[in-house]
Amino acid sequence: MSPVNTPVAGGLATGRPLVKLSGIRKSFGPVEVLKGVDMAVEEGQVVAMIGRSGSGKSTLLRSINGLERIDGGVIEVDGECVDPGQIDLRALRQKVGMVFQQFNLFPHLTAGENVMLALKVVKKQDKAATRAAAEAALAKVGLGQKFNAYPSQLSGGQQQRVAIARSLAMAPKVLLCDEITSALDPELVAEVLGVVRKLAEEGMTLILVTHEMRFAREVCDRLVFMHGGRIIEQGPPAELFDRPATPELAQFIGMVEAR
Amino acid sequence: MLEFTLWDILSNLLLAARWTVLLSLIAFVSGGVAGLLLLLARVSPVPPLRVAARLFIEVFQGTPLLMQLFIVFFALPLIGIETTAWTAAAVGLTLFTAAYLAEIWRGCVEAVPKGQWEASASLAMNFGEQMRHVILPQALRIAVPPTVGFSVQVVKGTAVTSIIGFVEVTKAGTMITNATFQPFLVYGLVGLIYFALCYPLSLSAKALERKLNVAR
Repeated sequence: MSPVNTPVAGGLATGRPLVKLSGIRKSFGPVEVLKGVDMAVEEGQVVAMIGRSGSGKSTLLRSINGLERIDGGVIEVDGECVDPGQIDLRALRQKVGMVFQQFNLFPHLTAGENVMLALKVVKKQDKAATRAAAEAALAKVGLGQKFNAYPSQLSGGQQQRVAIARSLAMAPKVLLCDEITSALDPELVAEVLGVVRKLAEEGMTLILVTHEMRFAREVCDRLVFMHGGRIIEQGPPAELFDRPATPELAQFIGMVEAR
Repeated sequence: MLEFTLWDILSNLLLAARWTVLLSLIAFVSGGVAGLLLLLARVSPVPPLRVAARLFIEVFQGTPLLMQLFIVFFALPLIGIETTAWTAAAVGLTLFTAAYLAEIWRGCVEAVPKGQWEASASLAMNFGEQMRHVILPQALRIAVPPTVGFSVQVVKGTAVTSIIGFVEVTKAGTMITNATFQPFLVYGLVGLIYFALCYPLSLSAKALERKLNVAR
């Protein structure tokens, strides 16, 4: 069950491992969803995790910022070792941003306030700096005009872009994206993927769980295929799509392309 | 034999009703503060705090208010604290109110979607910051109607304190009945006073609920 294709660094990758997962194990009750996963992501790399639902990809992603407590293994982010016993989540989470399928914007705050909240509360930045950072982050996702809009006044695509801006404003080292286009109407998917593509081009380290295969193929440096709680294949997208080495991946690609 | 006019009776009841109102206010305000602390303990990430808060709530919800007042009234002197009917009533009702409000508010906190906890946690906020900036502001909106609704229970709960000798409107009613031998009239008036206090509260709870549903 070792990875068949060797990982190849993408154009902007520096070769320095930013996120390193070794032997990650996690069970929900009697069900073991992660059976010892090893993975390394270099700075500037864009990695997509694919696989069927229930393969453990979302759980793995959520374990990277401690939303899921792992039962075994070691998570290392930017040189800081995080094992299940002693997790300094506050330090870890300032290095790891996360964007969710359901946006999870704070509905009682405006777009600008959503972005500013953690800057003010966690990073203790002063008012002017917070405001400037929030304006810059919103401008970056093309929503500079929506600073004072409440989430309920925004479309799904706009809400998700605010959520991305909210994470980016914290200046994370790596951004985790958990199926961030799955809750969107089809016509709104492109604007969100456009933002992600721009981030990738600027050298942001990204780990995405996605069902957007075309996007994964075009934008990602590396594809990670999970099956039954393990990574069973990984490598450059073109290689995996064109020459899947395992029957599981071949079947998965067939299923996805038949849709 | 002395004659009592209706005004004699009513004016004395209304004077006693001031104590009903004051006791209700004290119980509601201090019970609200204690209830908030209890709520924070009840939903906190620290297991011993959660268990302690839950135990407190279960005990106060699972025993009659009258027993709670007896225990406060008779137990405080045992541990060396001089107590009057007034302090025992205030302490007893405060604890009772705190337990119920904490449980009502816990429901409101749990009605806030889990994604709000996850998003704020992912932004590196700790429990206190999450509660203060993300969860409580949203829970508060949902909490207003049931909280106002529960204040009616507090007002009615003050009647029980008459048993430990606190002179509020019910106790005053009993005393006046003993003098006038007109129980139906006196208790009828007592009932009307309670209704006059509680009905506006119920009405505003309903109005707030409607307003909230429209706002959604």
